[in-house]
Formats: sequence, structure tokens, C-alpha cells
Amino acid sequence: MPRRELPDVVVTGIGAVTPLGVGASTLHDRWTAGASAFRDGEAPCADFEPTDHLSMKEARRADRFTQFGVVASDEALRSAGWADELPYDPFRIGCVLGTGIGGIGTLEGNHDKLRDKGARDVSPLAIPLMMSNAGSAALSLRHGLKGPIFSVVSACAAGGHAIGTAMRAIQCGDAQAVVTGGSEAALTPLSRASFASMSALSPTGVSRPFDNRRDGFVMGEGAAVLVLEDGESARARGATILATVRGYGATGDAHHLTAPDSEGAGGARAMMLAMADAGLTAADIDYVNAHGTSTQLNDRAETAALKIALGDYARKIPVSSTKSAIGHLLGAAGAVEAVATVQALRDRISPPTLGYDEPEDGMDLDYVPNFAQPMTTASDERAVALSNSFGFGGHNVTLCLETA
Amino acid sequence: MSTTTTNEIENTVIESLKTFGAKAEDITRDATWEAIDVDSLDLAELAQVVEDEHGVKMEGDDMKHIKTVGDAIDFITEKKAA
Repeated sequence: MPRRELPDVVVTGIGAVTPLGVGASTLHDRWTAGASAFRDGEAPCADFEPTDHLSMKEARRADRFTQFGVVASDEALRSAGWADELPYDPFRIGCVLGTGIGGIGTLEGNHDKLRDKGARDVSPLAIPLMMSNAGSAALSLRHGLKGPIFSVVSACAAGGHAIGTAMRAIQCGDAQAVVTGGSEAALTPLSRASFASMSALSPTGVSRPFDNRRDGFVMGEGAAVLVLEDGESARARGATILATVRGYGATGDAHHLTAPDSEGAGGARAMMLAMADAGLTAADIDYVNAHGTSTQLNDRAETAALKIALGDYARKIPVSSTKSAIGHLLGAAGAVEAVATVQALRDRISPPTLGYDEPEDGMDLDYVPNFAQPMTTASDERAVALSNSFGFGGHNVTLCLETA
Repeated sequence: MSTTTTNEIENTVIESLKTFGAKAEDITRDATWEAIDVDSLDLAELAQVVEDEHGVKMEGDDMKHIKTVGDAIDFITEKKAA
């Protein structure tokens, strides 16, 4: 069945809080310069001080994952020119935010209180802070957004799903604009122990996606937020268009609770769907921001998926992983990587896969080892990228992003 | 009820409200919850602290009549004395 003509959806604002610092440009500038943010086997937002950005009341009414989201959203709305006033009827502006886990720090802290002091010591703020939808609720409250407001939860694919869902909400007319992205703050004892006990975390604490020596992911934290608008409305208000979300593809592996399908069929199909949604082919793709977790299974399966989806172009298109610089931000990853990709396309630069030195047999793509490279584009008029996000549960999402 | 106890109760209430984000200079006996941006979630937290420190329960119906900082201090003081 041919797809009906859908409105274009543009990115007019971006914001990020990542282990490389606060700010979308901090992420882009530092990653492309080869900086990474690991300490003691993790990538914390070490310099993030909530009350630098939020009032005391706002800060204590938000789990750390929500604080990251709120700060990223402030930057995104400023960059969209929305800081003083919303450009549309608030009921026509939605918010879709992704998270893998939600407020796990709040959950653990209150469980400690329950165990140590009993039920009456559990905070009345426990539920509103830990609930996985706290992020979208907080952004709605802070910015007065009254359209469709909800969060999506799909492990490490949540950021990608959120952006894709936001795009569809605009295309279907449910909203004129959607504030979207993802946030995560899971550097907590239970989360660490749980990921470690399933052997997902790197025991050496080194994130080196696609390298033969990779031994697991390194957990990071943070958030990214994008302002998406109906293209026609954005142009009518004279907005600066940062990028276009050209396509969205989402599939499920139906293979295993945590392991990706080693053949990469589901990931490949997500990429092909995103390209078809964009009306583009592999010949049009200039860069791939990989999911690239630094686990044995993901990086091998993703390489297989890229070869299926991109065919003869797979070896020519630069593929790099943001996780080599900031670790794995779980439900925030897809959003942070979309924000990184938009800036990479804008500057025509392929950011590096840091720590990549030793190829594995059969994994022979251009992983942009260690140093950023100028991006060669198939067209003089635009740069186009795919950004992959895959999650435990077999969730696969690909976004197709384009900048002028 | 001794002055010391009343002072302790005042102290509990004021310090809690400051923790919730109310400005010290705005916390007066006559200040309403709205005026210092204290909502139902803050009051639930206040009730926890008060029970912890003074053994006084502030529950559903009690809260309906407590609309200012002074109301809260008086309520706790009276209940503690009872």
C-alpha cells in the first residue's frame, strides 16, 4: 500500500545534558574533538548541579532523570525561540519523553527507608518522582504544554521511539509541535548490580564499540530534548530549521529477552523502514550513528544489520558510536544520539568511534576510528544520517535525519 | 505547654517549609500555603516530619482547617498538649 503524503516534521530546538557537560554544543564539540567522559568505569554527569538550573523546590520535586530532562528542555526551547512564549495553542503542543527505567534512584532511596525505618518514613514524593512518566509530566508543567503528554518505555530504544512517536503525532495532526527526547539516571547500586549480574557491563570499564576487545557497555546518564514542529507551521513563524526528521522505522526481534537477533534482521528492517519512510535509499545515506554499545552481541549484530540494510553502500558509509565518548545512556541514548547526529550533519563531520584499534573478523565497516572525519555527502544540498537505537526486549528503532 | 515546646514546634514547621523551598522571609504566622507555594504533597511531608519529631498525627480532616503557617503551629501545639 503506498504511503499517503505526510507533513514534514522539522527540528527547531535541541538541548542536552551529557557526561561531557551541559549543552548540545558541548556534546558535539567535545565528542568530535575526541573527548570522553569516563571515570571509574562509568560516565556520570559529574559537573551537573541541579540547583544551578532549578529552584530548590523544582529540584526536590524531581528525580535526577527528570532534572536532566528539564534542563535539556530549557535549552531546547530557548534554541527554538520558545523561551518567552509558546508559538502555538498549548493544547496543540505535546511532550513525548523516553526513559529506560525512570526514577530508580528515588525507588532505591525509599526502599532503604522502608527497610530501615518502616512504611511511615516512605516519602509522599516517592511515586511522583519515580514514575517513568515523571519526565514528560515535569516538562508539561514547566513549559505549559497541554497537548498529548506521555512517556515511552522501551529500554535503550526509548529515546528513538519517543522521537518517532512525536514525529507521527505531528504528521497525524494530534499536535502541531512536540517536545521530545529521553532521559536516564541509573547510576545507582541496584541498577549497577543488576546490569553487572547479567554480564552486560564492561568488567574493564572501557567502552570501545566495534573493537575486537570490547567486553560490555559502560553506563552513562543524562538527557536530550528536541523541539519538533510541523514544517509548514515552523516556516510560517520564521523558525530556524535545524534538521528534518525524514523517517522512522521500528521493529521487534521476537528472538530473546535481552540478546539481539545475531542475524540483525530486525535492526536491518528498522533501517529499511526508516529509509522507505524518508523516500530515500542507501545511496542517499551519508552517515550512521550506530547503537554501538560495546557489547559483543550488539556490535556484531548491528554490523550484520547494516550490511543487510545498506547493501553495497555499507562499507562506504561512516558508522560511529556516541557511546565511545559518553557510555550508554539507556533510555536517553537515542535522543542524545539524535542531537549529536543533527549537529554532525550540520557541520558535515563524522564524529569518531573512540578507543577503536583492533578490528574483529567480519566487522569491516568504516567505524571512523578515533578521529573525526569530514563527511562526504551524496548530495550538495543536504546531509542525511540514520541513527539506530536497540533495546533489551528486542526493540529496534531507526531515525532518518537530514540537515540542509 | 511550655514555651520551649512551642518554639520547638515552630522550628520544626519553619525548617520543614524552608526545605520544601519556601523563602525564610516569607514564612510568617499569617502566611497562607498558597502564598508560600506549599501544596498537598508538601503538607504530606510536613505531617511525616511532625509525627516523627513530636508524635502528633496530622491527618485528612485536620488538614482542611489548617490554611496558614500559624494554623499548623497552633494545631500541633494543641494536640501535643492534649
